[in-house]
Amino acid sequence: MATVIPLDTRRQEPRSQDPAMTEARASTRPAVIDIRGLSLTFDTADGPVHALSNVDLSIEKGDFVSFIGPSGCGKTTLLRVIADLEQQTGGTITVNGTTPEKARLNLAYGYVFQAPALYPWRSIAANVALPLEVMGLPKAERIRRVKKNLALVNLVNFEKKFPWQLSGGMQQRASIARALAVEPDLLLMDEPFGALDEIVRDHLNEQLLQLWAKTEKTVVFVTHSIPEAVYLSTKIVVMSPRPGRIHDIVESDLPRGPRLLDIRETPDFLKIAHRVREGLRAGHSYAD
Amino acid sequence: MPTEALTPLRSVFRPHPVARFMNERAIPVLTVVAALLAVWLAATYLLNVTVQRDAFERAGTPYTARTLFLATYQMERPILPSPHQVALELWKTTVETPVTSKRSLVYHGWITLSSTLVGFAIGTLLGIVLAVLIVHSRTLDKSLMPWIVASQTIPILAIAPMIVVVANAIGVTGLLPKAFISTYLSFFPVAVGMVTGLRSPDRLHLDLMRTYTATSSQVFWKLRLPAAVPFLFTSMKVGIAASLVGAIVAELPTGAVAGLGARLLAGSYYGQTVQIWSALFAAALMAAVLVAIVGMLDGIVRQRMGIRS
Repeated sequence: MATVIPLDTRRQEPRSQDPAMTEARASTRPAVIDIRGLSLTFDTADGPVHALSNVDLSIEKGDFVSFIGPSGCGKTTLLRVIADLEQQTGGTITVNGTTPEKARLNLAYGYVFQAPALYPWRSIAANVALPLEVMGLPKAERIRRVKKNLALVNLVNFEKKFPWQLSGGMQQRASIARALAVEPDLLLMDEPFGALDEIVRDHLNEQLLQLWAKTEKTVVFVTHSIPEAVYLSTKIVVMSPRPGRIHDIVESDLPRGPRLLDIRETPDFLKIAHRVREGLRAGHSYAD
Repeated sequence: MPTEALTPLRSVFRPHPVARFMNERAIPVLTVVAALLAVWLAATYLLNVTVQRDAFERAGTPYTARTLFLATYQMERPILPSPHQVALELWKTTVETPVTSKRSLVYHGWITLSSTLVGFAIGTLLGIVLAVLIVHSRTLDKSLMPWIVASQTIPILAIAPMIVVVANAIGVTGLLPKAFISTYLSFFPVAVGMVTGLRSPDRLHLDLMRTYTATSSQVFWKLRLPAAVPFLFTSMKVGIAASLVGAIVAELPTGAVAGLGARLLAGSYYGQTVQIWSALFAAALMAAVLVAIVGMLDGIVRQRMGIRS
């Protein structure tokens, strides 16, 4: 059985812990995000910068997709296009079958930034309630959602604390709770654990997978860590810079759902990680 | 998942509040005060000694170095009054004089304080409104900002009498013309500080609001305004001191009969240096108290907003 299978030829969708149970079949789940021939060129004083060039990608419901690549490969830009924080200059993109702008106006996604971006004058509970206030939800519903989502990220007793009273890892968990409070089906995460140390990061990765399994959301996750990408994802999009483009799409056949951290020692895991690393190398990411 | 440590360690090792106050505040301040007093006392002797020696010689009074030295601190109209003369005058004109008297510094202080406060209130409001307009409109940013800056390059002494005369001509009398000059000086720091404050939220915080499809009024109330609060208080501290200066300046060239400025002017007409200096100190004291009150408000608001100071 092949460990990795290119997207274009066929899909593997392992549902069970037993690799023998997996079977290749065509994708039947609806595409949440569909990107075709997308490019984005920034006009700068030094001339045009091709942040994204001819990107084709389809993300199905319930996928956990990671964008990995060196800085300047456009992975964050791609995520921002999905979120309608940037607009493409060419090609098409649909989110939930509509334009990113309409999807944003429908609150289709929750966005987790590189930094927690908590408002320092708001308590943790009030920070999580921020999007709910903007949405104009009644107070009882706000309180219910704040409680529920703080429980999801294990921050129950920290509602009244202010951000500076929490560690970096806890702040980022609070910001994940804030993104989940909108109750979106799609979670966009831009290197959310990049600033944290490895031990905290491992913990949060484990928790994130549990959360994903529990909520069955579609997650798009930007990272520059190979182990993180392989550990979390069902699909890994390897990107390369100048111009930013997709170099390889790796389907992971590691079991879906919560994975133990120990999975990182298994041959299957290492095989996928190897392919990702090869992809990054071939994309000249180590050249400079 | 284990929760990371939270205990604010600094509270464990915090020394006794009184000891902390002495160490961090009182001792440094008192040292500076002592040094200033020493310089003042020396300057009093050096500036007054020639005048006093002349006075002794003209009156034919015999004097020694010691009596001359002591006399320089007791003169009726010294070039520079000594600290105790100023303190005594302050005491006499505040505590020992009824507040209704024209000789009471409390009376004059109140006149100045009231126009300071009215001017400051209008100035702060005006500054905030201008800042909100500037932040939300590129056109206003381009068109208003240069005028706001230019307004502060005009010498206030030149414009003060004109404002008072014009205000009187259109029937605005009493407190308001003076308050306008306070406004003129105090709106500027508030406007500039608020523009900076309202623009202080970083890209991330603004993007976050965009992902929630927040309206610009929601962005204003939930993000820009709270982010600007620390900036507002910092500029209000500058603004209230400027307001007091404005009120005093307004009393100088306009023939005002009451207020600290009028007191300064009268003192200089009649060579009453002790009176000038005591009015000056009253003004300085008032400024210090006003700034301290704004600072305390700042502290209270910050605490309620949970911002670590």
